Amino acid sequence: MSKFTKKKSNELPPVNTASLPDIVFMLLFFFMVATVMRETNLLVEQNLPKADQVEKLKKDRSVFIFAGKPSDQYKDKYGSEGRVQIGDKYTDISNIGMALNDARGKLIPELQNKVVVALKVDDDTNTGLVTDIKEELRKLNMVRIIYITTPGNQLDQ
Amino acid sequence: MARRSAPEVNAGSMADIAFLLLIFFLVTTTMEKDKGISRQLPPIQETPEEVIIKDKNLFVVLVNKNDDLLVEDEPMQLKDLRQAAIDFLDNGGVSSSNPLYCNYCQGKRDPSSSDNPDKAIISVKNDRLTSYNMYIAVQNELVGAYNFLRNRESQRLYGWDFTTVKAQVDAGTYVGDKKQAEEKLKEIQLMYPLKLSEASPGKVGK
Repeated sequence: MSKFTKKKSNELPPVNTASLPDIVFMLLFFFMVATVMRETNLLVEQNLPKADQVEKLKKDRSVFIFAGKPSDQYKDKYGSEGRVQIGDKYTDISNIGMALNDARGKLIPELQNKVVVALKVDDDTNTGLVTDIKEELRKLNMVRIIYITTPGNQLDQ
Repeated sequence: MARRSAPEVNAGSMADIAFLLLIFFLVTTTMEKDKGISRQLPPIQETPEEVIIKDKNLFVVLVNKNDDLLVEDEPMQLKDLRQAAIDFLDNGGVSSSNPLYCNYCQGKRDPSSSDNPDKAIISVKNDRLTSYNMYIAVQNELVGAYNFLRNRESQRLYGWDFTTVKAQVDAGTYVGDKKQAEEKLKEIQLMYPLKLSEASPGKVGK
């Protein structure tokens, strides 16, 4: 008779984790699709200014110029004056042309004539540095630029 | 003899593996979110041609190194800049008998301000020490003035906002006749052409 008596345990059954991999895979695929690989290691501070009258950047045809004060870990070596970064290293204003042509060469050939220069400049930089960059860009005949900003409006502050 | 069925693969560590991949992608990738104010720089001209622009068609914005604004020789707060620019662009001061008369302008028609939106030029001059923050804020307000006027006209003519449709066309998500929309956008752009000039910066004020 004892064969038919059910063993009753008072313990709660363990939570079923069989669907955990599915959930995690879902997240994984979301991030794989929605994000892109980080291409550059930032050497300068990047607190972008706020603006709301913006257009979207076309990533496939753009090359990036970063400018701003060197980040904290590079302060000792490079000082705290505004600097320009293209690719993974600091660039002198006069060398922008070469660095940009390198970066342009990495775009697909059809879009190389339509290149847009994306300026990511820290909000604490002097406009003079930006003017120098723009002057160089005019000499290189890369006249389409876009000032990258963050959403918001400075009047709200 | 019955064949033994293959033992089931233990999938218990699948979650761990997936977590590992997930964290890898979280760390090495960034979200696409770059947006900004686009601009076309003027190409370098060997012999700059002399163009005579009437004083009344020029809206001068000066920014000094302390980020103070001087608009048309009057100090101004940043929050008033957009409205001042709108008033200037939308003025249409030429008399209605003149071929340059702007029939869609809704401004004050003050003969001492700009003739029509096509003639009106906004000139921004910065000090080299102006902060980039202020520079972008000024550009943003001025582009905002143009967008306001373009939106108004596109609402009046076609019933949609210029900026929304332009964003949709650029992103390729516009539903409907894209060619036609592009033509309409161009038309609106011609009504209020973006004429923003940047004087080469020097010292502004003390």
